[in-house]
Amino acid sequence: MNSSRSLWAKQYQRILILAILLVIIVAASIFIGRYPQPFWMPLQVLIEDSMAQRLVWLLRLPRILTAALLGATLAVCGTVLQMIFRNPIVEPGFLGVSQGAAFGAAVAILWLGGGRLTIELSASLFALLGLAGSFILARTIKFGGWVLRLILSGIVVSALFSSGLGVLKYLADPLTQLQEITFWLLGGLWSVTWQDLLYVAPVVLVGLLIVYLMRWRLNVLALGQDTAFSLGAETTRERLVVLVAAVSATAVLTAVSGIVGWVGLIVPQIARQMFGPNGQFSVPGSMLIGAIFGVVSDNLARTLLAGEIPLGILTSFIGAMLFVVIINRSRIKLR
Amino acid sequence: MNEMIALKNIQFHYDPGKTILNDLSLSVEKGSITAILGPNGTGKTTLLHTILGLLAPQSGEIWIAGKNISEYKRSELSQVMSLVPQSEVVPFNFNVIEYVLLGRTPQLGFLDMPSEHDIELVRETLEMLEVQHLEQRPVTELSGGEQQMVVLARALVQEPQVLLLDEPTSHLDLSNKGRLLKILQTLAQRGVTIVFSTHDPDAAAMIADHVILLKAGAVLDAGLIDQVLTSEKLTQTYGTEVKVLTIEGRLVTLLINGRFGEKEKVA
Repeated sequence: MNSSRSLWAKQYQRILILAILLVIIVAASIFIGRYPQPFWMPLQVLIEDSMAQRLVWLLRLPRILTAALLGATLAVCGTVLQMIFRNPIVEPGFLGVSQGAAFGAAVAILWLGGGRLTIELSASLFALLGLAGSFILARTIKFGGWVLRLILSGIVVSALFSSGLGVLKYLADPLTQLQEITFWLLGGLWSVTWQDLLYVAPVVLVGLLIVYLMRWRLNVLALGQDTAFSLGAETTRERLVVLVAAVSATAVLTAVSGIVGWVGLIVPQIARQMFGPNGQFSVPGSMLIGAIFGVVSDNLARTLLAGEIPLGILTSFIGAMLFVVIINRSRIKLR
Repeated sequence: MNEMIALKNIQFHYDPGKTILNDLSLSVEKGSITAILGPNGTGKTTLLHTILGLLAPQSGEIWIAGKNISEYKRSELSQVMSLVPQSEVVPFNFNVIEYVLLGRTPQLGFLDMPSEHDIELVRETLEMLEVQHLEQRPVTELSGGEQQMVVLARALVQEPQVLLLDEPTSHLDLSNKGRLLKILQTLAQRGVTIVFSTHDPDAAAMIADHVILLKAGAVLDAGLIDQVLTSEKLTQTYGTEVKVLTIEGRLVTLLINGRFGEKEKVA
C-alpha cells in the first residue's frame, strides 16, 4: 500500500489531517461544556477539582466517544448504502432500520417498563428486525432487480413500523409515555454512560472493521451486476455481508441515541468531494468526517443552551443547510 | 485440443415457456475471433452472459478451457474471462485510472488493495489503447468512444484468456469502430480468445474469422466466415433480403430495400 502513494498522495495526506483533527477535537471536547462555567473548563480546574474530574470521566468522556462512534457509523453506513444502491441520496433510514428502532423504543416505553437498557435492547432488536424484514420481503418480490426490490421492501417495512408507531403514540399516556417517546425520537446522547458504550462498542467496532476491510470491494459492488460478476464478486453474498455489518452497527447505536438524521446522507457527499468515490479513501474519509461531525454537533447540543438541544434536531438543521450548499455547488448525478 | 469455449445443448429461459436459448451448442477455438451475429432480441446478450457464467442454463454444459464451468470458483473464472458490457453505467465519478484499476480485482486477494504494479499495468494498458491522457478524467464525463476504450482497458487489465464483448461497436463512430476492431485483432494475435456479439455484419466481416448466426435463440449456422456470411444465410437470419458482396477482398453486406428499389448499406 505504501508504494501506491504516488497516485493517491493527496488522499493519504487528507486522511492524516482529518485523523489529527479528530484527535484534537476529541481532546478539546473534554474541556467544552457548562461546568464550571459555560463553554470552557480551564485545565487548572480539571487538575484540582475532583468534581470536574468525575464529571469528565463519568459523563463527558463516554458521551464524546459515543458521539464520535455514532457520527462515524452513520456516515459510513450512508457511504455503504449509497455505493451498493448506486444512488448518492440514500441514507441509513432506508432499510426500515430507523423506523424499526423507533417502534422498538416505543414498545419498550409503553409495555416493558421503559428502563434504559430495555429501551436500547428493544430498539436494536426491532431495528435489526426491520433490516431482516426488508431482506426477506425483497426476496419474495418478483419484480425488478435486487437493489430496487430492497429499496421497495425498505419503504414498505418503514411504513409498517411508522404506522405501528402512530398507534403506539395514540395509546400512550400523553403526560408521561408520549413525552418520553417524543423525546427519544428527537435523538440525543445526554444519558450515555460507559455501560451504554461498552454494550454497543463490540457490534459497532466489528461492523466498522468489516466495512473498512471491504473498502476496495465496495467499488466493485457499486458497478453493474454483470461487471461486478465478471470481476469475480459474489455479488449477493458480499453485498449482504457489508450491508449487515454497516446496518447492525447503525441499529445498535440508534438504540442508544434515538433518531439522528442527515449525518448518513450529508457526510458521504462531503467525503466523496474530498476523496473521490474510491471506497479505499471515501470509507475511512467518511468515518473520520462523520466522527468529527458527531462530536462537534454533540458539543453544540450540550453546550449552546443551559438546557440540552436534542442532537437529532441539530444534525438535521446543520445537515439540511450543508446539503443545500453542496447540491448547489456540485454535480450530484442521478441516473 | 484447442477448444477454449464449448457449449453443449444449452437450454435457457427466464420464464418457463419462454425459451431464450434453445438446444444451443457451439465451440470456440483458442485465439480466434468469433462474432455472434443476429437480429435484435435474439438472445445474443443472454448467450454471452451464459458463457460468462452469470446466467445458469436450465440444462446443458459449458466448458471453459477444458474445464466444466461449475468446477471453477468465482474468483478463478474471473481470471480467465472478462466482459465488456453493452453499456456500462458507472454511478459515481471515478476517475479513469481508478475505474480501470477495478479490473485488477480478480488478481487481488479478497481484501487486498491495488499495488504499484497494478497501477503500472493500468498505465501500460491505457497507453496501448492510446487513452493515457484521460487518466485523471471522471469516467462519467467521457465521450462514447473514450468510454468504450476505458471499459475495454478495465476488461484487459484482468489479463483474460477469453474476452467477451457485447455490441462493442454499437455506440462508436467509424473511426472509433475501426480503432476498436484493430485492437481486438491485435489481442487475438497475442492469443486472447475473442467473442463479440453484434447486429452489424460488417463489423463481423472486418475482423472475425468465425461467425455464429443466431436466430430465435438457436444457432442457424456456425463456422468460418467465408462459409457462413453468405447472402442466403444472412437473408434467412435477418428476415429481410441481404446481399453479400466482396469488395477489395472483404465481405460487405448490402440491405436490399424493396420499397424504394434502392440499395442501401447496412449501418
